[in-house]
Amino acid sequence: MAEPMLTLSGIRADIDQYHILHGVDLQVPQGELTVLLGRNGAGKSTTLRTIMGLTRVTAGGIRFGGDDITGMPTPQIARKGIAFVPESMGIFGLLTVRENMVLAAINGPIDPARLEWVFTLFPPLKTFWDRSAGNLSGGQKQMLAIARAIIEPRELLLVDEPTKGLAPAIINDLAGAFEELKGQRATILLVEQNFNFSSRLGQSVAVMDDGRIIHSGSMADLAGDEALQQHLLGLSLGAHQ
Amino acid sequence: MSTQNQIPDEDRPSPAGWRVQLTRFREQKPHLFLLLFMVLIPAFLMPPVTWLTLTISGLAMGLMLFIMASGMTLTFGLMGVLNLGHGAFISLGAFAGATVVAFWLGDYAGSSSMLVNMAAIIPALVFAMAVAGLVGLVFERLVIRPVYGDHLKQILVTVGGSIILMELIHVIWGPNEIPVPRPDSLRGAVIVADTVPLIGGMAVEKYRLVAVVLGLAVYGLMIWVIDRTRVGILIRAGVENTEMVEVQGYRIRLLFLAVFVAGSALAGLGGAMWAMYQEIITAHMGDTLMISVIVVIILGGLGSIRGCFYGAILVGLINLYVGYLEPRLAAVTTVGLMMAVLMWRPQGLIPVIKV
Repeated sequence: MAEPMLTLSGIRADIDQYHILHGVDLQVPQGELTVLLGRNGAGKSTTLRTIMGLTRVTAGGIRFGGDDITGMPTPQIARKGIAFVPESMGIFGLLTVRENMVLAAINGPIDPARLEWVFTLFPPLKTFWDRSAGNLSGGQKQMLAIARAIIEPRELLLVDEPTKGLAPAIINDLAGAFEELKGQRATILLVEQNFNFSSRLGQSVAVMDDGRIIHSGSMADLAGDEALQQHLLGLSLGAHQ
Repeated sequence: MSTQNQIPDEDRPSPAGWRVQLTRFREQKPHLFLLLFMVLIPAFLMPPVTWLTLTISGLAMGLMLFIMASGMTLTFGLMGVLNLGHGAFISLGAFAGATVVAFWLGDYAGSSSMLVNMAAIIPALVFAMAVAGLVGLVFERLVIRPVYGDHLKQILVTVGGSIILMELIHVIWGPNEIPVPRPDSLRGAVIVADTVPLIGGMAVEKYRLVAVVLGLAVYGLMIWVIDRTRVGILIRAGVENTEMVEVQGYRIRLLFLAVFVAGSALAGLGGAMWAMYQEIITAHMGDTLMISVIVVIILGGLGSIRGCFYGAILVGLINLYVGYLEPRLAAVTTVGLMMAVLMWRPQGLIPVIKV
């Protein structure tokens, strides 16, 4: 396994009076796509929000590229090179596609060559460049959300359930985009419920339940072990193909 | 007669088609629909000269209101802060501007040369903005920051903060009204000669014309900043989703502070312009104006600069039209307009945030 880019040690976090994370230990290897699996309510999204500083850590520590980022303000974490695509996508619907991308390029004007590369991954964004982002379809909004995260090179990409509610054809397009990012040795932590999508893309995997990591290892091992899938996720890969 | 130029019957809009188009226009551009309705109806009820004079005066009043209200609508839209102390910044700007025009550069203001007058007016407006902006900075840090996200506390502390600011005005400038002599070149009116058809014999106060020009310039600048610059995009994004602005790497609290300071400075600018318009100021003038300011931002749609602009013009126009046509109704006109618009469009004319 490659050196960890991100390390979570004993992370605990609460939302209001509820204890959501009960000591999460997780390592995201550099240059790999790690999938975080688990049932609804297991704490996957809260883990991503905690990494971004959006949910306060009550105990434990987060190290990113050698720096302690525990309790750091969200903008500072983002500027260290972590991009986050939330489950809601978080696009600015009142802005145009172009304006969404302009805001995402925090280090200055958008690099035209990189923008062309983004357009090759997500062609609809070029078509609707000056249209209101609020009028895009669900799949196009997801494309915009991911495009924003990669319009400038980032050290780490956190993506929360990108396939949720999307048509199979759009999911295929997204998978193609993630394959391309993997080819560039991007470090990605992907939260997913879609096991087919996850097993196609993931190199490492971690499974969460009840606010803890209950399994971590290689995705190939999990994909090839139906008994383990049944045990961890209550499903078999064969049943979902 | 050749039939070639005649519109075929089937292509001619039918009465029903006009109704559909009118309904579509009313739904898609409610601000323009209401403005046209508001401007055109009085045109049939009064002589053209009176109508034009009142329209220009209403525009002037509306644009000054817009300058005062625009900061408050932005602070509510972006920061979710109900700053009922906004009126104190209007008063503060009025007193700061008056200090320059009436005392520090009083000689320049009294000159008959417009250029020399400008040497008093421009510093007065800049000083009013600087004082209101600076106090706004302190106000955000001390009063607003501890109560972000809690509207009830915001109402209480901003009203309290406003009382303190107004008492400070009493301490610095004294409790009495202060006369603000309008600079010499802005006194009097522009007269349109009797020989001009329809509008001949019209007299429009010079200051109102200046207020219209200045108001439109401020509106143009604000729209340029909001639509064309990265800061403007950030503000619009922040109005929609502050958390995602932070996720993109921008410090939203810094943006809040900048917008609050800019909003306070604009209130100060509006206050200084209002001071030269009324020629007499009191510490509580801001409180009186706050009713119109609140109506304007609700009417326009909370958080919307364009909505605020149209809302302010509508309030300015209706006040003068109704004041001429039926003076007894003038006192309830502003609130009446707000009630009518809210019954039609509860979200305001151009809403930005969902209510």
